[in-house]
Amino acid sequence: MDLTFSPQATAFRDELRAWIDTHHPGAAPEGEEASFAWRVAWQRALAADGWAAVHWPPEHGGRGATLVESAIFNEELARARVPQPANVLGLLLGGPTLMVHGSEEQKERFLSPIVTAEEIWCQGFSEPDAGSDLAALKTRAVKVDGGWRVTGQKVWTSYAHHAKWCMLVARSEPDSARHKGLTYFLMDMEQAEVVVRPLRQITGSAEFNELFLEEAWIPDENVVGGVGNGWRVALTTLMNERAGLAFGLQVALRALLDELTEVAAARGLLASESVAERLGDLHVRCELLRLTAYRGLTATMKYGQPGPEGSLTKWMWSDTNQRVSELAVELLGPGALATDSRWSFELLRARGNSIEGGTTEILKNIVAERVLGLPRLR
Amino acid sequence: MHFDFTDDQREIRRTARELLAARSGFERVRAVAERDDGAYDEALWRELVELGWAGIALPEAVGGQGLGVLELAILLEELGYAVTPSPIFSNAAAGLLIDAAGSDAQREALLPGIASGEQTATVALARDGVAELVPDGDSARWIVLVEEGRAIVCDALAGGLEIAPRATIDPTRRYARVAVGPGALSLELERDVAAGLDRAEVALAAELCGLAERALVLTVAYVKERRQFGTPVGAFQAVSHRAAEMLLETEGARSATWFAAWAADAEPASLARGASLAKAAASDAGRHVTAAAIQLHGGIGFTWEADVHWLYKRAQVDAALLVPAARHRARVARLAVAAAAAPAAAGAAVA
Ligand SMILES: Cc1cc2nc3c(=O)[nH]c(=O)nc-3n(C[C@H](O)[C@H](O)[C@H](O)COP(=O)(O)OP(=O)(O)OC[C@H]3O[C@@H](n4cnc5c(N)ncnc54)[C@H](O)[C@@H]3O)c2cc1C
Repeated sequence: MDLTFSPQATAFRDELRAWIDTHHPGAAPEGEEASFAWRVAWQRALAADGWAAVHWPPEHGGRGATLVESAIFNEELARARVPQPANVLGLLLGGPTLMVHGSEEQKERFLSPIVTAEEIWCQGFSEPDAGSDLAALKTRAVKVDGGWRVTGQKVWTSYAHHAKWCMLVARSEPDSARHKGLTYFLMDMEQAEVVVRPLRQITGSAEFNELFLEEAWIPDENVVGGVGNGWRVALTTLMNERAGLAFGLQVALRALLDELTEVAAARGLLASESVAERLGDLHVRCELLRLTAYRGLTATMKYGQPGPEGSLTKWMWSDTNQRVSELAVELLGPGALATDSRWSFELLRARGNSIEGGTTEILKNIVAERVLGLPRLR
Repeated sequence: MHFDFTDDQREIRRTARELLAARSGFERVRAVAERDDGAYDEALWRELVELGWAGIALPEAVGGQGLGVLELAILLEELGYAVTPSPIFSNAAAGLLIDAAGSDAQREALLPGIASGEQTATVALARDGVAELVPDGDSARWIVLVEEGRAIVCDALAGGLEIAPRATIDPTRRYARVAVGPGALSLELERDVAAGLDRAEVALAAELCGLAERALVLTVAYVKERRQFGTPVGAFQAVSHRAAEMLLETEGARSATWFAAWAADAEPASLARGASLAKAAASDAGRHVTAAAIQLHGGIGFTWEADVHWLYKRAQVDAALLVPAARHRARVARLAVAAAAAPAAAGAAVA
């Protein structure tokens, strides 16, 4: 066991730190539109110097960073309190999925504009009647000359209002059931047949949307991984979602907790034993998550996939993130619930954590069935 | 960055698991627990000593094996897994404390007997010279009492100590109340008591992890077999989700304990935080997971006849020994405030 970073990883970190110091984007501007544009500009700056997609291979605009270096990348972003690149879904889900299942032409066409944020991506999986039970999805893809016409409804589609491309899973075999007869498409969002309607979230802002597809056009060359193979391709996306996102998120959680600790310390609250204990409890949870995530990295490097600890981190993250903002509003008093306080936003946004990317109940099912080998109720 | 064990460390785990399964199964644990005098199995103790385990983490110069706190943690996890009745934990914890906090002369005088298992030691927190519950306090030659940042080593043979065996809810280990009388012979450890105590906490956390892991293993096996309403009860989500929570707590506590043990050996600057993370997480896991094991076994889990209660009882006592988890949590928060004031060191580790 050696929990220190290698000289090579340390050099990577120092180089990145120095780069962030000279390119720090400052504070986020007000308003959703402006703040998204600011994150796009930030990603372009990262991309210009090869920092936007560190975990991608160099031929696709990455640095071929090791898993540890990718982890360091996330830690440093959070430490410097700079945002993640704007095109998260493209960088963490879409690109890696194409690298596994995409054709050479697709990689050539799609990967580079993901890195530069010229083309933003979104994920059209969930539907009104297919959430946790994704295999129940009904959106239909009908074969026509040269491509497909897709009709149906998607929902909770984050970033759809900014996106050029949508990772879309649809039923390409009429009357097929469940996991069979699905195909994974890349759908151009810029067409009249795709209508995007923002959905206002409990925070008041609208990160996600509903999509209405009325014979939307998708050419044959935008099928990923072959017709009828959609479930397998979608699983690759989902695996990247739970494993890849979790690392960056746990680091952001740590930054949030540090901020709460600073505020509490500045107000003299840590003189109280019970406040110190409760804050300490969150630090403990946060570190358990971090250490467990690093254990998962080691397992992934060694065995190609995370061990049992891999299925736990997204669940630990959402639970702890919710506790941090809950404790913040409890310690800091009613002012923390005013909308001019960042904690009021964090409190509300955190409720989504245990729903997005697979609900906590679904994650518990996965742990129970796949890790503990318990029978499933059917 | 490699957060996993070496082949040698795996070998220690495998050897311990096999030996304890063969020589200290639940029927042996029960035999000790049901004896009026609670005496341990002498032959097993001799076997453990012959393997060098009494001094596994002590330096070779004093007759130890010269391995690390990490190897000790692996071993203690297995002893917790088997709920083995033995003084290995108390002796190892006291040995770590003396090794870290004793002067050279003190170490040379005390550690050889501890490493060879011939003159065992134990450790407890005291208040006004009284320690309410000292594991193996009635059999140890050396009793280390920690009070207000000072540690004294008392010689049980020298008189002046009141040592009274005390039965607890955990009959798998022997305990005593120890009071330092006016005539007691003791010497004060001269160096860093805090670091020594932190090492002892890591040892305790490791045993708690093993208890939790065993409780999970027993429970998963049971709920796959036990059928109600025409299905294994493990298919009900109220049951399977609680089992998933047991895994979450157990694995989290192991991550923290392994980190702390590694820090004790390789990065002392992180030991204070690591030890507090480990003890806080392992106390919670030990208590919660063993309690859940009783619940998920139903009525049988509440009987003397089933074995889950040994795990629950040992975990309750372990979690209450040394510094309570609440104080560790508060310490973690205060360490975080202090760390924010000091910039990260250049070669810093994962956590
Ligand atoms: C902020 C946010 C962003 C999102 N972004 C996207 C996106 O970009 N693209 C996308 O495709 N989707 C997105 N989602 C959708 C998300 O993946 C789904 O909401 C989620 O999978 C749950 O599906 P559902 O909403 O239909 O809830 P349901 O599946 O209807 O669940 C309702 C409740 O029942 C529970 N439940 C369901 N099945 C089981 C079961 N088998 N066992 C136990 N409990 C069960 C659930 O845990 C939940 O508590 C987003 C969601 C949120 C909150």
